[in-house]
Amino acid sequence: MARVLVGVKRVIDYAVKIRIKPDKKGVLTDGVKHSMNPFDEIAVEEAVRMKEKKIASEIIAVSCGPAQAQDVIRTALAMGVDKGIHVDIPAKEFETLQPLHVSKMLAKIAQDEKVDIVILGKQAIDDDCNQTAQMTAAVLDWPQATNASKIEKGDKDVTVTREIDGGLEVIKCKLPVVISADLRLNEPRYATLPNIMKAKKKPIKKVTPKDLGVDTAARIEIVSVEEPPVRKGGTIIPDVDTLVAKLKEGGFVP
Amino acid sequence: MLKIARIFQIVERVQSAQLQRFLSTAPVLCGKTVQARAVAEKKPAPEEDLSFVMNVFKGQVESTQIFPFPKTLTEEQRETLEMMIDPTQKFFEEVNDPDKNDALEKVADESLKGLWELGAFTLQVPQDLGGLGLNNTQYARLVEIVGANDLGVGIVLGAHQSIGFKGILLFGNKEQKEKYLPRVSSGEFAAFCLTEPSSGSDAGSIKTRAVLSEDGKHYILNGSKIWISNGGLAEIMTVFAQTPVQDPKTGKTIDKVTAFIVERSFGGVTNGPPEKKMGIKCSNTAEVYYDNVPIPVENVLGGVGNGFKVAMNILNNGRFGMAAALSGTMKTCIKKAVDFATQRTQFGQRIDNFGGIQEKIAKMSMLQYVTESMAYMISGNMDSGSKHYHLEAAISKCFASEAAWYVCDEAIQIMGGMGFMKHTGLERIMRDLRIFRIFEGTNDILRLFVALTGIQYAGASLRELQQAFKNPAANLGLIFGEASKRVVRKVGLSSPPAIEHLVHRDLVGAATMLAKEIDSFGQTIEMILIKYGKGIVNEQFILNRIANATFDIFSSAVALSRASMALSENSDTATHEKLMAQAWTLEAMDRVKINLQYILRGQNLDNFQKMSAISKNVCTAGGVVQLNPLKI
Ligand SMILES: Cc1cc2nc3c(=O)[nH]c(=O)nc-3n(C[C@H](O)[C@H](O)[C@H](O)COP(=O)(O)OP(=O)(O)OC[C@H]3O[C@@H](n4cnc5c(N)ncnc54)[C@H](O)[C@@H]3O)c2cc1C
Repeated sequence: MARVLVGVKRVIDYAVKIRIKPDKKGVLTDGVKHSMNPFDEIAVEEAVRMKEKKIASEIIAVSCGPAQAQDVIRTALAMGVDKGIHVDIPAKEFETLQPLHVSKMLAKIAQDEKVDIVILGKQAIDDDCNQTAQMTAAVLDWPQATNASKIEKGDKDVTVTREIDGGLEVIKCKLPVVISADLRLNEPRYATLPNIMKAKKKPIKKVTPKDLGVDTAARIEIVSVEEPPVRKGGTIIPDVDTLVAKLKEGGFVP
Repeated sequence: MLKIARIFQIVERVQSAQLQRFLSTAPVLCGKTVQARAVAEKKPAPEEDLSFVMNVFKGQVESTQIFPFPKTLTEEQRETLEMMIDPTQKFFEEVNDPDKNDALEKVADESLKGLWELGAFTLQVPQDLGGLGLNNTQYARLVEIVGANDLGVGIVLGAHQSIGFKGILLFGNKEQKEKYLPRVSSGEFAAFCLTEPSSGSDAGSIKTRAVLSEDGKHYILNGSKIWISNGGLAEIMTVFAQTPVQDPKTGKTIDKVTAFIVERSFGGVTNGPPEKKMGIKCSNTAEVYYDNVPIPVENVLGGVGNGFKVAMNILNNGRFGMAAALSGTMKTCIKKAVDFATQRTQFGQRIDNFGGIQEKIAKMSMLQYVTESMAYMISGNMDSGSKHYHLEAAISKCFASEAAWYVCDEAIQIMGGMGFMKHTGLERIMRDLRIFRIFEGTNDILRLFVALTGIQYAGASLRELQQAFKNPAANLGLIFGEASKRVVRKVGLSSPPAIEHLVHRDLVGAATMLAKEIDSFGQTIEMILIKYGKGIVNEQFILNRIANATFDIFSSAVALSRASMALSENSDTATHEKLMAQAWTLEAMDRVKINLQYILRGQNLDNFQKMSAISKNVCTAGGVVQLNPLKI
């Protein structure tokens, strides 16, 4: 049975309207609803299903971020993950944390915990980088199967169906492996309330980047964060006649 | 002094057996009946009551439970709750389908299964007995989500845990809790079985009876119950029945109500088909019959003869939940109305520009704000161990159910023809809402309960003063304090109770208005006591107006407290909340003035006589009395 590591990032909830800080150096996060990155939810779900099918023996969820990152670890625990590791990154430092930093930390934990399968979301919905899984595989020098829409575990390997432009690709990788989860891999469950209560008793270990031997010093400087250009407001038209008139007026129909 | 003496005589009369009888059929708190009996037995002063509403009847402000707005969640409780909100919300958005449940007239299978898995049926059972162990505030927050989405499911859940097994939670002994709470947490439905064909509001008059078997090991239960929510599903029921008990004083055997835990599997329990209803159709409502059901004696709940107290405490304990659920329902209605009003154009303008629509939206928002604030204030007080919340809870049930009805109705109005269309979703909400003014104590009965309990309390405090006069030397302090207050009132020099110091400075004006009306209210109650004595019990035209004035006073205090909290925390919505609290208080205080006027002015009292006569005429005629103007 495999030991599985999943990454869970705390991001601004997908339903929240993002607002830019007045100094244009980032987005407002205080008092804004956060939740687990949706692709990471899919990763967690896949790991939990592996455990339910007795393919996985233990699942560990890791989140790198400020203190509140523990919230998403708790959610993962409530979904069925066994234990959590919180890599504590001060909020200020977190703003310039890059996929490379995170992948180094994940790689170190994967080795320390002797995991066989790392499953990460294909990208986070806040920075949209789509780099962490690939870099983690590179740091570990393990095979990678990105954008997975189906995972079948064999004895010493996994067969992964990948979503690629215009179709699907099926590949087989030797274990250990790093996989990134795509949208259609599964439909994640919600944590039930009793499992939320049980999750409170599951352990969360706190470590620092230093403990993992990773230097998280900023490699980038944020120059400016801008709102996307505002879309010109549409109007709701009361009836078809007005619509036709407007279309004519705009020269869209003769 | 002469006048005071006169008050005493009258108060003596108010403590009549008749009042006791009425209160005992209304949902009355056990502590209160005990207290009332103590007075009747000429025991000294009743214990101090910390209820705000109760003390308003004395024209006084008891602020402990109102200001500041209670904040009772610990950091950990808040975190747990926060985690629970998303999954609950998602479940209702993605799995449960209220229209499907409504059409099926039952909760769809996958949804019901999901609700059990979600833990929604066992929110307050302790964790070691299989539940989530949530406190009342946490419960309120989750129930708000249920109310926002599906009131029918709300009743399936509420009949199970807010009343069905709540008795075991509140009054069960260790064995009963260990035996039953895990079962009701893991798939077995519970129900609360009180109402009978001939006993609805007058619950004390039930006929179902349980008699001890010859070997003394069982009670044998016979009778039938009507309109029992989950009655067709429940395996475990809290059943109320008359049992013969010996009166310790007279030695005579009398019937008193006892609560029992009855399992369907005991044998002899059957039920009728699900009733066809106006709304909450997915909730099973059925008659339940008991034919020689053997109940082991250890299944007596809360002691033999204490059933009435058990029933009323269960109901009192759960009322805040209705306010919480309905504040969620109102949010849904407001959202629909606002989405429409901000898009619909007529006469060249978006309709939310029109004053007529604005007033509706403002009133709907204030009603929602007040209901929500009541729900969390009461749950907060209950969580910090308050025993004095029964009038507030009764008010919150009436207020919430009427507010939600109004809000839903106005949402439909704002949406015009669209509001009337089934797919808009408001017609189901309206049908579902109607029952909330009827069950768990009709709003009419609860109004009488609030008015009479308050009057009795005010009366008792006067009586305390009378006792003091019997031994003036020993009670000088009390006499001068209380008596001088009352004399001062009589000569019109009274000063209203102080509230201004309890609210945020921006709300001092509103608080002053409130204080003034509380003072007038106290004076009115005193005059009522003088004028009607025990006869007040039968003056429902007056009692209803007293109750309505109480609602307006309480709701304003709650709004001022909540808005003060927002202002002092400088929250994002503070100025909006301030506007709502100010606007609400002004209107509410105007209504108090009118209600008090009606009670005191001859012209209006005369109108009560007229209305009484009109009703009598119509009842005698068996319908509308007059012919139409054409006389054909
Ligand atoms: C859908 C549904 C679900 C229910 N679920 C349950 C349940 O789970 N368990 C349970 O035990 N019961 C349940 N009930 C019963 C419910 O609690 C009663 O219907 C309610 O208490 C009112 O009783 P009644 O219908 O007999 O009305 P009545 O008591 O006959 O009252 C009729 C009218 O007279 C008024 N009235 C009565 N007495 C007075 C008075 N002294 N002064 C002035 N006005 C008065 C009432 O306010 C009401 O307007 C349910 C009912 C319904 C419809």
